[in-house]
Amino acid sequence: MTLTSLAFYLFATVSVASAFMVIASRNPVYSVLFLILTFFNSAGLFVLLGAEFLALILVVVYVGAVAVLFLFVVMMLDIDFAELNEGFLQYMPIGATVGLILLLELLLVFGASSTLVDKGQLPSATPDGMTNAQALGRVLYTDYIFLFQTAGAILLVAMIGAIVLTLVKSNNPKRQDIAKQNARTRDGAVELVDIEPGEGL
Amino acid sequence: MIGLTHYLTLAAILFTIGVFGIFLNRKNVIIILMSIELMLLAVNINLVAFSAYLGDLVGQVFALLVLTVAAGEAAIGLAILVVYFRNRGGIAIEDVSQMKG
Repeated sequence: MTLTSLAFYLFATVSVASAFMVIASRNPVYSVLFLILTFFNSAGLFVLLGAEFLALILVVVYVGAVAVLFLFVVMMLDIDFAELNEGFLQYMPIGATVGLILLLELLLVFGASSTLVDKGQLPSATPDGMTNAQALGRVLYTDYIFLFQTAGAILLVAMIGAIVLTLVKSNNPKRQDIAKQNARTRDGAVELVDIEPGEGL
Repeated sequence: MIGLTHYLTLAAILFTIGVFGIFLNRKNVIIILMSIELMLLAVNINLVAFSAYLGDLVGQVFALLVLTVAAGEAAIGLAILVVYFRNRGGIAIEDVSQMKG
């Protein structure tokens, strides 16, 4: 067994186990932490497949942003999670049945398909003499520039949408009012008071 | 030797766990969102595996786009969840149908 196979089995086992713990653990904080573990191991699998750039993006975007966002929301909301977990076992049989059927069908497709000939060890998709990020950039910024820009627009819309949804409108907002600032004069703002020596105001 | 089928099988298992999670935690919206993230991760593994199998980088470009959409979806979903919690004081998913606009 080569080192690559060993690494694959390690990453695959840990990611499947932690993915199961994501849905099975009672405490949502643990679920988020197991989700982070799953993403880390998937990043390892991406490295094995020769997609280093995507692996690092996965760590930065998911572990750095999405998982922290989940953690933040879980801790911010004051929810009785024990109440939410009621009926956990009630849905187990139907869920297990549907899941098993789906898994068997997916595996059957891989086994029966004649176009998916296993060519053995997967080669890296990166051309020789180039880093993965370099090769990806050459494709992304030329042939797929429109999709790249669309992805940026989607992120912008998501950001604005999240801000608009969660913004609390307060009664006394501390906002800048430029017209009011410009209309201020010396007379209205400054008052000169003559104070005799030895007296207070 | 690790071939294409190994990765496809792993992605299938992860996807099934995601579907199973939606069935299992029908009352907890946060876990449902995490299950969706798991399913998108499985799809990404498939895309990257096929990218290596076919020697074509386009699969990785597509995986990048899926990653972008997943991040946006998580942000919007959690924002909706926070607003819903503020309005109703809970995140019980059965009551969502009573919102009516």
